[in-house]
Amino acid sequence: MQDLSLHILDIVENATKAGATLIEIDISEDISQDLLQITIKDNGRGMDAEMVQGVKDPFVTTRTTRRVGMGLPLLEQAAKETGGDLRITSERGEGTTVVAAFQESHIDRRPLGDMGATLTTLIMGNPDLDFVYTSNLGEDEIEIDTRSIRTELNDTISISDPAVIRLIQDLFRKKEV
Amino acid sequence: MAKLKVEDLKRIKESMKGTVNLRQGDYRVKVTVHMGTCGIAAGARTLMSTLLDKLEQSGATDIILTSSGCAGLCNHEPMITVEVKDSAPVKYVNLDPDKVIKIFDEHVSGGHPVADYALSVGSETTY
Repeated sequence: MQDLSLHILDIVENATKAGATLIEIDISEDISQDLLQITIKDNGRGMDAEMVQGVKDPFVTTRTTRRVGMGLPLLEQAAKETGGDLRITSERGEGTTVVAAFQESHIDRRPLGDMGATLTTLIMGNPDLDFVYTSNLGEDEIEIDTRSIRTELNDTISISDPAVIRLIQDLFRKKEV
Repeated sequence: MAKLKVEDLKRIKESMKGTVNLRQGDYRVKVTVHMGTCGIAAGARTLMSTLLDKLEQSGATDIILTSSGCAGLCNHEPMITVEVKDSAPVKYVNLDPDKVIKIFDEHVSGGHPVADYALSVGSETTY
């Protein structure tokens, strides 16, 4: 993966496969601690303690199309390369939260990349799910909640309509870390 | 803070008035971008953006653009599947934006599959 936004796309795809209806993505930084933190929280079916333990192992996956799962191990590697880490908490029936922490200034920290493309790809691919995206990076704060967009559109057009998608993408223009 | 403006959404709603929006239910063509770890690493998201641009330019309302997971052919990523209603789905493999533009013009819009980029015509599942 070339940048963090691609990792985020990949991990959120996990959540969509876990039967989540609401997925919250938060990206925040703490400059005093040189910390960049990505949190992905879903309300899917969750995992038991044993599965949480094993899920960072590439050979643990629920998928049947292939026998290896690289999503979380790759994100963990990206975090660890900067001296950060990956934490996963989960409860059966409640959902899963993945927190990736990076040393923001570390030379090996990958750039955030195009979060607009990631978010719109997710919305187009999963128009029936809801996404909440919040980021707070320096001067740039972005907040997107598909539930309120849906309410506003009032079923007249789909949230995955190109016109709406373009509007969401425009929020991210020139906002790359 | 950057937030979606209610006025912008209202404007879109207004501009859509009168046009029957087929995208919500019925459609003529469905384009699926395979978005597993393998696909993402190989450039699937760029294909999605390219397809969105093409879809916007075409102004078509009977084309659905969506994503799915790994299809088990990771070495052939990035891949898309094009399903034209009432004909066999076609899986395209080893793609890049230029190939996708050709597929959109010839298959999605024109109805003629691009055999050169196809893995097979009529595979058993479409995900």
